[in-house]
Amino acid sequence: MTLKLVIVGAGMASGRVIEHLVEENPDAFDVTLFNAEPRGNYNRIMLSPVLSGEKTYDEIVTHDEDWYARHGVTCRFGEHVIGIDRDRRVVIGQKGEVSYDKLIIATGSAPFIIPVQGKDLPGVITYRDLDDTNAMIKAAQEGGKAVVIGGGLLGLEAAAGLAERGMQVTVVHLMGHLMERQLDEAAGYLLRRDLEKRGITIRTQASTKAIIGNGQTEAVLLEGGETLPADLVVMAVGIRPETRLASDTGLEVARGIEVNAQMQTSDQDIYAVGECVEFGGHLFGLVAPLYDQAKVLAQTLLGQPEAFVVKDIATKLKVTGCDLFSAGDFAEGPGREDIVFRDPSRGVYKRLVIEGDRLVGAVMYGDTADGTWFFSLIKDGTKIEEMRETLIFGPAFQEGASADPLSAVAALPPEAEICGCNGICKGTITNAIASGATDLGAVRAQTKASASCGTCTGLVEQLLQVTLGDDFQMPTAQPVCGCCDLTHEDVRRLIKAQELKSQEAVWQELGWKSRNGCHVCRPAVNFYLLADWPLEYRDDPQSRFVNERKHANIQKDGTFSVVPRMWGGITNAAELRAIADAADKYNVPTVKVTGGQRIDLLGIKGEDLPHIWADLNKAGLVSGHAYSKGLRTVKTCVGTDHCRFGTQDSTGLGIKLEQILWGSWTPHKVKLAVSGCPRNCAEATCKDVGIICVDSGYQVGVAGAAGMDLKETERLVDVPTEAEAIEWTVAFIQLYRENAKYLDRPYKWVAKVGLAWVKERLIDPVERARLVDAFELSQSFFRKDPWAEQAKQAERFQPLADLTLEAAE
Amino acid sequence: MSWIDICAIDDIPLRGARKLKTALGCVAVFRTGEEEVFAASDTCPHKGGPLSEGIVHGQSVTCPLHNWVFDLNSGHAQGEDGRIATYPARTEAGRVLIDVARLATRSAA
Repeated sequence: MTLKLVIVGAGMASGRVIEHLVEENPDAFDVTLFNAEPRGNYNRIMLSPVLSGEKTYDEIVTHDEDWYARHGVTCRFGEHVIGIDRDRRVVIGQKGEVSYDKLIIATGSAPFIIPVQGKDLPGVITYRDLDDTNAMIKAAQEGGKAVVIGGGLLGLEAAAGLAERGMQVTVVHLMGHLMERQLDEAAGYLLRRDLEKRGITIRTQASTKAIIGNGQTEAVLLEGGETLPADLVVMAVGIRPETRLASDTGLEVARGIEVNAQMQTSDQDIYAVGECVEFGGHLFGLVAPLYDQAKVLAQTLLGQPEAFVVKDIATKLKVTGCDLFSAGDFAEGPGREDIVFRDPSRGVYKRLVIEGDRLVGAVMYGDTADGTWFFSLIKDGTKIEEMRETLIFGPAFQEGASADPLSAVAALPPEAEICGCNGICKGTITNAIASGATDLGAVRAQTKASASCGTCTGLVEQLLQVTLGDDFQMPTAQPVCGCCDLTHEDVRRLIKAQELKSQEAVWQELGWKSRNGCHVCRPAVNFYLLADWPLEYRDDPQSRFVNERKHANIQKDGTFSVVPRMWGGITNAAELRAIADAADKYNVPTVKVTGGQRIDLLGIKGEDLPHIWADLNKAGLVSGHAYSKGLRTVKTCVGTDHCRFGTQDSTGLGIKLEQILWGSWTPHKVKLAVSGCPRNCAEATCKDVGIICVDSGYQVGVAGAAGMDLKETERLVDVPTEAEAIEWTVAFIQLYRENAKYLDRPYKWVAKVGLAWVKERLIDPVERARLVDAFELSQSFFRKDPWAEQAKQAERFQPLADLTLEAAE
Repeated sequence: MSWIDICAIDDIPLRGARKLKTALGCVAVFRTGEEEVFAASDTCPHKGGPLSEGIVHGQSVTCPLHNWVFDLNSGHAQGEDGRIATYPARTEAGRVLIDVARLATRSAA
């Protein structure tokens, strides 16, 4: 007997069900197929190649009219299903009813529309079916600007397609990196880099506030106020199962239509398949599990025992030239170990995640040839203990080879600048080596590279080795830490030369051997990035030592100390009263006057920090940065105001300097002092910068020390005016910020590069002005009170929860 | 196992940690990746440093007081003879879950 089978939705899953049925028992069912779209089943995954122009619609049709006719499928395309009457067992279409013995709901998914103002404007489209694709192709013919909201699989394919068709595309993504569900940060970085190379602008951590336009979309407004002009807005933030028909029919629906392992809904004659279903808490968006479901459903309908199981899936992005692969579970759950491989010269990143003796996840970018092999190891749960050491090199490479530490230097283009002092690029140096300069001295003599401050010496040596191979004996240099093979100086120079503007860029391009650095290299790299790229790079508190992250000094018992700023050591009764009140209110056990002319409140509990800061803020007191690798204090004497020996207003100059310099991050802490006369009551001659006022003006000394080492300052310059004293001080500190190794105080840095080199740079008025401008640019971001900002998020300082009761039960 | 919902994943900074008060003392919940979390004792066995204040890197944390490095999978200190207790933690639909039963059994044991 032929049963009446009605299917609602002609997508890839239901199409596959029909294929199985007609193949195995063509006479079992009399099939009626409804589809809201005015067409049958096509390969939806290939819409991206249609958008980019690599394929046409005709090439992606799976079932054409002929096929349906040949297999006796009654097609009701372009007709919406209005309802299902389960008592009478009929499906109600717009053009009439059809009765069923068995019914399949395959309504697929609907794009998620973010509920912002302007979402309904003409020019806002989703990316789901052929009509959307055609709408995008049409819009792209006009050229202009497009904004794609959503940096997931679909959004990026849309962005690449639109860019291919000549639009200026910006992708707005809520999360920190692209495709965060499939990729880790490193692979996300490489993907971003490749997309940016083809002219697509990527905005991460950007949230859409509204879509603006008068009768037609004109721009996307971001949280934070920025507007991005947009003639076309593509919303691709995700999909949700289309369950309206099922819930109107009274079937059990959670996030999707609930089915058992036979794809049966809560009504035994109604089945569901595809993106609209939920099974065991899982939703499905990729094609592989949908085909599995289709097979199970066909078998069930034919009376064969079969059960659907959820398997791991692999993802590939269909953008030509962006080669990425991700499979399994690479980002969740403890008990796992990583193997990371990077090859900067080829733009390759691979990461394997191992749990016990099995591979559970893999992410790859740039070289995905071994993807299928890794995927099969994951699926089959193969024991990998034996080949663990060489696993990452793939099936063909079981000998094992280590990453080449020189590949970062080898990968540099000839025009990359190696020696910043003398403006010498890589090409000039390799030419010199080729023409006979086979050691460092000869390269220096011929090209001047590394002949000035010397910080690029390591790079020049690496170039010698890359060019000469074994003929060059590499001197041993101390790398930053076990995560990389480069010295601090090399890392700094390469960050500038390669314009590396994010941590991920550094890890990848400089061949880091760990996932995201360690406690030694990450604070250094964080500083180098923010010092070199103040506009592009945002400080990462999680890469800072606790004191700088908490904006307070941790004490040995886990409490903190709080030191408000006293500009130039000057205070007043109101400030002192506020400090005394805070000391009472928070039961501060110790109040101490510091050597930097201010007051230290010791023994504050972590939870109290935002509150004591808020109280001190109210009295006008701000952070003294007593915890930072940055400006600490400017110590002063009373100068001409009160002292009979004072020659200049040393207190006034100290306050001015502190107000210019406060909040800046530096390689190590920086302490200043200004004395009003050579009697030097402010002890300026042992500071990082110490100014002595004399009748004729100001003596600026630098590179003093009074810690582990004791050292008198060296005279940088004598200047007649206060303005010049400030200019030279700021320029010196900026030069230190741009060149010194992280955790070198100025005296150590000056000892390495030489005071003569420092003077040579600062004596040039153009360079001095550039340094002052660069410092000011950076300060436009950092010259603000971190306490005021931290106090706003007081909840971050509290414990997440108190489980004392639960745990005791 | 008795999983309880502690917080949203975004309540813990990426490559950072927050602490929980429990009957066994403070437990730190570390977020090592977008959706990767670990739970372990907040107290360094060396001098009692608060590990939730340390720098989180890879699947490890460095104690802020004297730079002992702990593997969050095993709780073992790198190159030192010390170990911290670890507890089951996972993420689900953007939430962080901790197995409290485990915290209780530990205290009974």
